[in-house]
Amino acid sequence: MEITTTTYKHCDLFKVKGRVDSSTAPQLSEALTAAVEHGHHKIVLDFSELEFISSAGLRVMISTQKICKRYNRGEVVLASIPPNIYSALDLAGFTSFFKIFNNDVSAVGSF
Amino acid sequence: MTTVIFPGRYDSLAKIGDFIRRSAAEAGLDNLAVYTVETAVDEACSNIIEHAYGGENRGDIECTCNQSQDKLIIILRDKGQPFDPASIPEPDLTASLEEREDHGLGLYFMRKWMDEVHFEAPAGGGNLIMMVKRIPEKE
Repeated sequence: MEITTTTYKHCDLFKVKGRVDSSTAPQLSEALTAAVEHGHHKIVLDFSELEFISSAGLRVMISTQKICKRYNRGEVVLASIPPNIYSALDLAGFTSFFKIFNNDVSAVGSF
Repeated sequence: MTTVIFPGRYDSLAKIGDFIRRSAAEAGLDNLAVYTVETAVDEACSNIIEHAYGGENRGDIECTCNQSQDKLIIILRDKGQPFDPASIPEPDLTASLEEREDHGLGLYFMRKWMDEVHFEAPAGGGNLIMMVKRIPEKE
């Protein structure tokens, strides 16, 4: 898994590439926690090059969303979700917890 | 029938995923079906490391793929503590974000995405998980 972070004026974009499983989910958690601890609660997760996500990755997503949405200070939104990944999010009931955008430009523009 | 033994640690998961993807594709499953099998096996192996072995590097995971007519059969064996799947509650998909618990999803994926999931406690100890994915007939 590789994470590329871009900081915009109104949000942070994390491009998550490769495989998020029990081995790599802690790395994703660290990256997102670091942003949140710096007061960045508006987050875009760009999944365009995400190949696989297990429940360990989904746990990171939901715990980060809970923290970001607290006090209406922000939220996590998703961009460019490949079909297989979307199927996993849908089965887990996650599609109602996150706004989903077709590309990172519209996701960043939503903030 | 192909069997591969992997060390029971989280960085084996990507290699297990490669093995499963290859076996599922060779069995004729489509892209989404391959993904669902990879997910089910990843979740099962993560559970073996976390719950049966109670951590990394405490034993191996033996992974067997067998294609039998219209089925892909995957068998995972470990030498860890007996694991009781009944002790894991199903996730509540109707819960609000704040109330949503973050456990139970792995087993949920296994049960939803495989056609059959069986847990056995072999006489010699450890656990055996057998999962079956039906291979649709080619049109």
